[in-house]
Amino acid sequence: QGALSSCLRKPRRDPPSFFPAVSQASLVRLHHRFRALDSNKKGYLCRMDLQQIGALAVNPLGDRIIDSFFPDGSHSVDFRGFARVLAHFRPVEDEGTGTWDPEEPEPLNSRMNKLRFAFQLYDLDRDGKISRHEMLQVLRLMVGVQVTEEQLESIADRTVQEADEDGDGAVSFLEFAKTLEKMNIEQKMSIRILK
Amino acid sequence: GPGWGLLLALALVLGGLPRARGAEEPGAQGSIEGFQVVTFKWHHVQDPYIIALWILVASLAKIVFHLSHKVTSVVPESALLIVLGLALGGIVWAADHSASFTLTPTLFFFYLLPPIVLDAGYFMPNRLFFGNLGTILLYAVIGTVWNAATTGLSLYGVFLSGAMGDLNTGLLDFLLFGSLIAAVDPVAVLAVFEEVHVNEVLFIIVFGESLLNDAVTVVLYNVFESFVTLGGDNVTGVDCVKGIVSFFVVSLGGTLVGVIFAFLLSLVTRFTKHVRIIEPGFVFVISYLSYLTSEMLSLSAILAITFCGICCQKYVTANISEQSATTVRYTMKMLASGAETIIFMFLGISAVDPLIWTWNTAFVLLTLVFISVYRAIGVVLQTWVLNRYRMVQLEIIDQVVMSYGGLRGAVAYALVVLLDKNKVKEKNLFVSTTIIVVFFTVIFQGLTIKPLVQWLKVKRSEHREPKLNEKLHGRAFDHILSAIEDISGQIGHNYLRDKWSNFDRKFLSKVLMRRSAQKSRDRILNVFHELNLKDAISYVAEGERRGSLAFIRSPSTDNIVNVDFSTPRPSTVEASVSYLLRENVSAVCLDMQSLEQRRRSIRDTEDMVTHHTLQQYLYKPRQEYKHLYSRHELTPSEDEKQDKEIFHRTMRKRLESFKSAKLGINQNKKAAKLYKRERGQKRRNSSVPNGKLPVENPVHNFTIEERDLEFSDPEEMHIYQVEEMTGGIEFLAKVPQDTAIDSTAGIDNPVFSPDEDLGVLSRVPPWLSPEETVVPSQRARVQIPGSPGNFRRLTPIRLSTKSADSFLLADGDPAEARRPGPPESTHM
Repeated sequence: QGALSSCLRKPRRDPPSFFPAVSQASLVRLHHRFRALDSNKKGYLCRMDLQQIGALAVNPLGDRIIDSFFPDGSHSVDFRGFARVLAHFRPVEDEGTGTWDPEEPEPLNSRMNKLRFAFQLYDLDRDGKISRHEMLQVLRLMVGVQVTEEQLESIADRTVQEADEDGDGAVSFLEFAKTLEKMNIEQKMSIRILK
Repeated sequence: GPGWGLLLALALVLGGLPRARGAEEPGAQGSIEGFQVVTFKWHHVQDPYIIALWILVASLAKIVFHLSHKVTSVVPESALLIVLGLALGGIVWAADHSASFTLTPTLFFFYLLPPIVLDAGYFMPNRLFFGNLGTILLYAVIGTVWNAATTGLSLYGVFLSGAMGDLNTGLLDFLLFGSLIAAVDPVAVLAVFEEVHVNEVLFIIVFGESLLNDAVTVVLYNVFESFVTLGGDNVTGVDCVKGIVSFFVVSLGGTLVGVIFAFLLSLVTRFTKHVRIIEPGFVFVISYLSYLTSEMLSLSAILAITFCGICCQKYVTANISEQSATTVRYTMKMLASGAETIIFMFLGISAVDPLIWTWNTAFVLLTLVFISVYRAIGVVLQTWVLNRYRMVQLEIIDQVVMSYGGLRGAVAYALVVLLDKNKVKEKNLFVSTTIIVVFFTVIFQGLTIKPLVQWLKVKRSEHREPKLNEKLHGRAFDHILSAIEDISGQIGHNYLRDKWSNFDRKFLSKVLMRRSAQKSRDRILNVFHELNLKDAISYVAEGERRGSLAFIRSPSTDNIVNVDFSTPRPSTVEASVSYLLRENVSAVCLDMQSLEQRRRSIRDTEDMVTHHTLQQYLYKPRQEYKHLYSRHELTPSEDEKQDKEIFHRTMRKRLESFKSAKLGINQNKKAAKLYKRERGQKRRNSSVPNGKLPVENPVHNFTIEERDLEFSDPEEMHIYQVEEMTGGIEFLAKVPQDTAIDSTAGIDNPVFSPDEDLGVLSRVPPWLSPEETVVPSQRARVQIPGSPGNFRRLTPIRLSTKSADSFLLADGDPAEARRPGPPESTHM
């Protein structure tokens, strides 16, 4: 209980990017969820806790998403980190697209940050580029076993080629964002409850 | 086709039968002379014969409809059946000049409706249903009352204005009519919604509403009928209060009857071990009894049998044998599907009877307008209220579908036929109007709802060829989003359900489930467990044999060979054309649309192939593929296949990450030695941090060691088991558990308490019922201690619940692993 109230008090003092205006109710809910996931009341989550969620084991990208909760090789994530990752999926308020103060960092749920989140799921070696190999790995995850390895490679090649503008054989973040510019990321990468 | 000819012939036979009977009877009486070798005794078999023939006709009709996919994909089957019924009715009428066959209320309520509702209850996606129960109840209760009241009052208002001409009715008659026409029909709604792919929440709301509004309909109908009998002037305020009270009695009473019978049924199936062959019978007989009992007590029979099905499903499936479970499933589907077919056909046939037709254009048209408009208004108003409380908002498109999906059906028809002509003077007008309303909603709305949904969805998306990147990443985003939903617990994780599952595990399952069933678990998962275990075991064994674990570094394909990990390889059958076709047919309509678009704009065939491959084989996100409930289909195998594949892959990767972590220690002999030395040091002085291993936090490492030590003592182990541990080798298999057991995690850790608390297990695959625990098979558990490489040692480390990496570090050395006996015990 104490942890919760401290978490709830913090947003006012912290830089807004830490608890990016996740509403109080959502925060309480998330904290409930956090404690539910925290199987032995450690106060933080480790990979095992998230791997226990059954639906993630049948989600092709499940483990990659779990990994995204543990950046830079860390082995635990506290509530703040947990909420911070989830904050990427807040819906973008219609009216508020340009309202955030330019002094402040861009909100986590902005289009670019949503894209960045997805991008880093692909970019395993963190070099800022999705190489052909990384693309292939994602494809292997997402495509059924019926498709042969050669087909996958050809698809990976084509996908990279299609997005690659500077001809370096890899997709940079800008290229990634450009190729998806027509897509309604704001809607596709938002969960309504995380207001 | 040829089928039509057959059907017509049959119909002619049916039409001709009554006349044949009439012609043959005097002859039968006249021929009493002597013994006859063969006699024609039509009247002897007449009734069952006709029934059987009708069932045959209806079933043949279904075959005929499904000969052409084009027709059934556009026109809902229910509409086709009504049209067929009209045609057959016409033939019968032409032959007989009397409506010999109609849908009588007795036939409908006692024989045709129960299987359909039982099926709905038995296959109800419970989680979703109870997750949205509040919403469903609001629509079912308030919505239905609203519809009944507004429709009845508006019609009465128009009647007063004189637009309907002269009718022998009063306010109460209109309200009675309003109440029977107000309810959305479970049969019709499902018949149509099954073919429209809407999201699961929307589906369950409309479906649940159509089932639960029965209580309201029954009460309103009974109340207004008795008011009509009493006469408008004699109705007092007390009667109105009684009506409201009776609503609660009827609905709660019906539910209670259902629950009691479900309890009985579950209990009975617990003891059917030696009479397996009649096991399935119990399910049907006892459920049917719940229906009849509540009908006898004038409670809501539909609610009773629905809840009987909902409550018993878990225990019954766990108790009865697998064959019996299959029998129950198939029989239930067969009965429900058959009953539905007959209902719609007979609705058509019943309409062909000039005696019941009374036309009043204003009344009929206004009824149609009012029920549509008021349903829409009701839905919008209620949704507006609901959206303030709901986590998952209902959007405009959902509301349109809900309003438009409010189909009326046979329940309304049967109720209106039940009316007493002496009390309700305009019964015939009501009957004809109801028929028109049913036909209009089932045929016209059923026909147009699919295009409407498509149009509404497509309207939002741009008409343009999606790029490969967009296709791939778009799908990835879908998966990411559903993973985030699972992590953030959007899919209804709540307190009440936790409480309930605790209660269920502790008490209900113990009483209602066989002891063997309490331990039985999903077969498919067992296979996975065994595979994973085998993999892990042979991996360690192999490592020992070679003296190093370097082979793990070889490419993944080699790896598979080495460790005998049998990946499901694509079989030739799956890749065949028929397989592709099947995929195509089952694909959601929107996919088809995009296929079309692509065909137009594609440049070269190779591109086409690439796009096609992606389109076809990209895993589908959850919402798109998960069928909830279908009256006509069992077990969506495609989805299971996808789940299996991904599950397998995930597990293998988790295992591999565990291996590579292990390898990280052994790849460098020097580092390993160093590590060993440090470990040795640590044993002596447990405060020396292990700085040489970048993967692991020294503090963690230390904790593990500590725990290792403690675990060498069995009593300590017990403490841990109760305290917190999740694990053992289970990590490999421990998938599901949607943390519903958060508060109790560890207590029911099955690895350590094999005889306890396995009651929640059922044969449902873990991804379908995520709240249930999955444990390794008995065999696997037995194997663990005796397995090569001293596998038991994995257990304590697992228990540390730190991470895969940490667990490997602790028993990283194969040389050490060979040493028998409890590890680290020297150190005490």
